[in-house]
Amino acid sequence: MRWWKILCVALLLYTFTAGFLIKVPDIGNLHETIRNLFFHVPMWFGQLTLISVSLVYSVLYLRKPDTKYDIYANEFAKTGIVFGLLGLSTGMIWANYTWGAPWNNDPKQLGASIALLIYLAYFVLRNSMTDIDKKARVSAVYNIFAYFIYVPMIMVLPRLVESLHPGGKGVEGNPGLSGQDLDPVMRMVFWPAVFGWTLLGVWITTLRLRLQLMAEKKYSSFAS
Amino acid sequence: MTSGILHIAALLKKDILLEIRQQYTFYGILLYVASTIFVLYLAMGEPEAIVWNGLFWMIQLFICVNAVAKSFLQENSGRMLYYYSIAGARQFIISKLIFNAVLMIIMSITSLLLFRLLMGDPLTHPWKFLMTVCLGGTSLSLVFTFLAAIAARARQNAALIAIMGFPLIIPQILLLMRVSNTAFADVLQGGYGQMSLLLAGLDVLVISLALILFPFLWKD
Repeated sequence: MRWWKILCVALLLYTFTAGFLIKVPDIGNLHETIRNLFFHVPMWFGQLTLISVSLVYSVLYLRKPDTKYDIYANEFAKTGIVFGLLGLSTGMIWANYTWGAPWNNDPKQLGASIALLIYLAYFVLRNSMTDIDKKARVSAVYNIFAYFIYVPMIMVLPRLVESLHPGGKGVEGNPGLSGQDLDPVMRMVFWPAVFGWTLLGVWITTLRLRLQLMAEKKYSSFAS
Repeated sequence: MTSGILHIAALLKKDILLEIRQQYTFYGILLYVASTIFVLYLAMGEPEAIVWNGLFWMIQLFICVNAVAKSFLQENSGRMLYYYSIAGARQFIISKLIFNAVLMIIMSITSLLLFRLLMGDPLTHPWKFLMTVCLGGTSLSLVFTFLAAIAARARQNAALIAIMGFPLIIPQILLLMRVSNTAFADVLQGGYGQMSLLLAGLDVLVISLALILFPFLWKD
């Protein structure tokens, strides 16, 4: 087992145990649910990382049309979507208890759903073409286009609309992570959690990648 | 540099001539605008300002998808090969962007007139709204033109343009709704200039992305 896989398991075990055992500040009506921070927010970081990696491989494909890059871009996008769904559902469960209802029209929820729609459209686009090279090239173009519109969008959206998330409207700085929210004890578990969940996402993707690359090799060997 | 502009002008002229002669597309979209607004009027009557505004932008969205889809789908692959041999990718996409933007502005102004005629006139600042409409029509058409270029490569499915486009168009729609709300009442909307600049900035972003990415779509 590679070192980073062992690190991933260790970090996640640490998150699961320390996450429930450490003393957390009692803010507003959050009480103990603030522990969700170790599970919900890392999903978001993980999704962003995986989608960014997918983007990088799309760009690499356009520079040098190697099918490998296309497979990488596709698989990272898929895992990114899974993380997005998980983030949205953990957020909805959390919102149900703290904000009153699972769906609150909050800009971050909207941003996450938009990402979902964009990448589902990416998969639909891929499926509409059968020619492998065309599929790879067109979906790479869409991936890049959508990413560069999406990332400014999620930075702009929370500042435009009033937000129930911490650090919403009227607050300078990044609405995603308000510094006051993370007291030092939580920070000790939070950042390892982010790292651990992201590594897990990468691990899942590499497993799928190995599968896809083997299938690709098998099918292309028939042709050649 | 000048030859590039000449190419763009030639392609634009070609598109405009096609529209004038083969009147099917232009009048088709015009009729689509009229029918949609008419049906909407029968369904909604004369709504209040906020609903009026919301309905207006939703109609613009659907008009844009249809108008832009038609302009790309009518080229068959043989003709595309011809264009490929005579003009560069950048010139082609610039001419398409300009053409669709102009088309969309015409359609937007037409639908604005129809809206005012049929669904009442809650506008207190009509000129401001007109400017917003022109900006909005351009923004929408830029995004959808590029997406139509992508969909044209992928079996030319018009529904695909809508699927790809709606998530990406959301920030523009939100900004447009906020900016256009100022035309309805004397509400002190903070950051009005900022939002318009943001819209313009998004347009510039879309244009640059289209210019960089279209050459990759072009080669086949």
